[in-house]
Amino acid sequence: MNASDNHVHGHGDTHGHGTRRDYLIGFALSAVLTAAPFWLVMTGALGDPRLTAGWIIALAFIQIVVHTIFFLHVNTQAEGGWTLLALLFTLVMVAIVISGSLWIMYHLNSNMMSMPMPPEAAAASS
Amino acid sequence: MHEQTFWTMLFGRLSWESIPLHEPILLGTFIVVVLLGLGILAAVTRYRLWGWLWHEWLTSVDHKKIGIMYMILGIIMLLRGFADALMMRAQQAIAFGGAEGYLPAHHYDQIFTAHGTIMIFFVAIPLIVGLVNFVMPLQIGARDVAFPFLNNLSFWLTVAGAVLVMISLFVGEFSRGGWLNYVPVANIQNSPDTGPDYYLWALQIAGVGTTLSAINMVTTIIKMRAPGMTMMKMPVFCWTALCSNVLAIAIFPVLTGAFALLMLDRYVGMNFFTNDLGGNPMMYWNLVWIWGHPEVYVLVLPAFGIFSEITSTFSGKRLFGYSSMVYATVVITILSYLVWLHHFFTMGSGASVNSFFGIATMVISIPTGAKIFNWLFTMYRGRIRFELPMMWVVAFMLTFVVGGMTGVLLAVPPADFVLHNSLFLVAHFHNVIIGGVVFGLFAGMVYWFPKAFGFKLDPFWGKISFWGWVIGYWVAWTPIYVVGLMGTTRRVRHFDDPSLQIWFVIAGIGALIILVGILAFVIQIAVSIRNREALRDTTGDPWDGRTLEWSTTSPPPPYNFAFTPRVHDLDAWYDMKALGHAPPAEGFRPIHMPRNTGAGVIISALALVLGFAMIWYIWWLAALSFVALLVYSIAHTFNYDRDYYVPAEEVARIEGARTAPGAA
Repeated sequence: MNASDNHVHGHGDTHGHGTRRDYLIGFALSAVLTAAPFWLVMTGALGDPRLTAGWIIALAFIQIVVHTIFFLHVNTQAEGGWTLLALLFTLVMVAIVISGSLWIMYHLNSNMMSMPMPPEAAAASS
Repeated sequence: MHEQTFWTMLFGRLSWESIPLHEPILLGTFIVVVLLGLGILAAVTRYRLWGWLWHEWLTSVDHKKIGIMYMILGIIMLLRGFADALMMRAQQAIAFGGAEGYLPAHHYDQIFTAHGTIMIFFVAIPLIVGLVNFVMPLQIGARDVAFPFLNNLSFWLTVAGAVLVMISLFVGEFSRGGWLNYVPVANIQNSPDTGPDYYLWALQIAGVGTTLSAINMVTTIIKMRAPGMTMMKMPVFCWTALCSNVLAIAIFPVLTGAFALLMLDRYVGMNFFTNDLGGNPMMYWNLVWIWGHPEVYVLVLPAFGIFSEITSTFSGKRLFGYSSMVYATVVITILSYLVWLHHFFTMGSGASVNSFFGIATMVISIPTGAKIFNWLFTMYRGRIRFELPMMWVVAFMLTFVVGGMTGVLLAVPPADFVLHNSLFLVAHFHNVIIGGVVFGLFAGMVYWFPKAFGFKLDPFWGKISFWGWVIGYWVAWTPIYVVGLMGTTRRVRHFDDPSLQIWFVIAGIGALIILVGILAFVIQIAVSIRNREALRDTTGDPWDGRTLEWSTTSPPPPYNFAFTPRVHDLDAWYDMKALGHAPPAEGFRPIHMPRNTGAGVIISALALVLGFAMIWYIWWLAALSFVALLVYSIAHTFNYDRDYYVPAEEVARIEGARTAPGAA
């Protein structure tokens, strides 16, 4: 493996450092992705607030991908694939936490007869 | 009036009434602690040990010394946590019918909260982290961990959390909300006192330490293995340490987040976990159990690793089914993240949610069962030496299997509807934590003690400690299973039904037998230090070990290995011994080492002050310590004097002094 022989700090030789070009592309993309939601809200270009909210969330997800690639330098080669593996593991864990919590919290009143049910919980339990 | 505002500004809500002078139990404990503390301080001063303590230990970045300090912290806190246990057992044994017992309700509630909090966060975690810290770098043939200073900082942050919990005993009070500080009890409306704040700040500070430590260990295992040691040639203990720490990195942020939201509720009047303005107390339960269930596996996986190493060594055989052991560990890591709802089956969810989490919970018993069979097959036809570490392994297998089976029983939602919040559940998790984690820790401590100090632990007192724990465990917890099955609920201070009393008296006797086990352990250490010349191990390999930590001297030199070992096989040291390996006598080179630093102690001390000031609403002190913390941490990053070289002559001198065959 890539542990060094005689040093405490076993730095591998596969540190991912981006080029100036990468950083500039990343900066430009994230600036656009930040400005776009402001523009959507302030001009009301889409009209429907739900649609606007949907687009903001979508743009936020794209923003995460941009940061991961251009600033955190996650790709299939970096650190022998460990960074990509860590990212995938993190995504699985976060997905479990969020989807599990939503499912549980919407289901929470299914067996609680005496409590008045909010409509979405009633729908989920039927 | 004006006078009062001034004092409030200066001391927040801290006043003379915060010191429980009116409670004789606390006052007595306080006096004993102060006298003991003064005695220790006087002894350290008398023998001029302050400089040695500071330079050799407190500021050390050596993973071995940090590991040992973690162990000492864990053992001291075990004594505190066990004192709480004895108090609860005594109260429950006498408080029947007309007798009220000796503990008032608000004191009893703090004791069961403190017991659980301390035993998990300040006993189990430090002991596990300490063993991983000490053993893992040696097993992978590394000189230290990936981030030596961070390791020191993690340790001291954990200490800061433990100190805050201990302060709560004598200044103010501790939480009454159970070991996870449940809302709504811990909401500001129901607990306006300092209790939940002590809990939250202690665990937030210690939690930062645990998270940083986990990152450190994962990086070390991935980046610093000796050449030739591929992932599938790594000792099983390192695999379990890797999975345990990956899990810790995944879950601790969730706990930190949940606690941060509760802090916002308590300090600035937000409503995440109240019933107002869209808040929901159940969200707190959901979040803390997303942390809480995997945390069980964070603790027990390294214990499984310890059992694997010991079984293989003391059976004189390669571990049976190495790769199935690794896959079982990884599968448990993932599955442990999918079961948290089984802690609140009864809280209202419908059949689909409960079935999913119930089945997921039962599935975990499959890889765990596979591990048990692997250990049994390793022992099968082995030349088993029943020395102390192996005795702990056998006791673990017999005890833990029962805990596992009651766990599967509790995983069935209809059964859980009967047993939820009962003493049956309490007996179940003590069965797996004591039978799994604690037995594993004792096995590990006895096994690796000679590596850490160069002499074995006394076997006679070790056996007394062993039988005290094993017999004590069964006498203490079997009656609790019985009353739990009959429907007795947990966290109860007083019982009306006198027919139950006999069970609690038996449980109290069991606790006293465990006390014998704990005292025998302390005596064992003292006796072993006194007889250290007779128990001395000069070979560095007292148990005929199989992994790399036994290839160096006991105790290992600061740099662990003069030359980084090259690994060709699983059980690398066994392989080297079989090939007749001799330690090199020349060709030493200077060794690059990290330098000690006091920054970890100072940063943690500032964090402790910050926590205390926030708990007591001493805002000026909180602001001051926060700024100091920030400035000092940033300033420390400009300290470039962080390393030094052990000269080649020094290495040659240390290596020349050893008598054992060594690493290549």
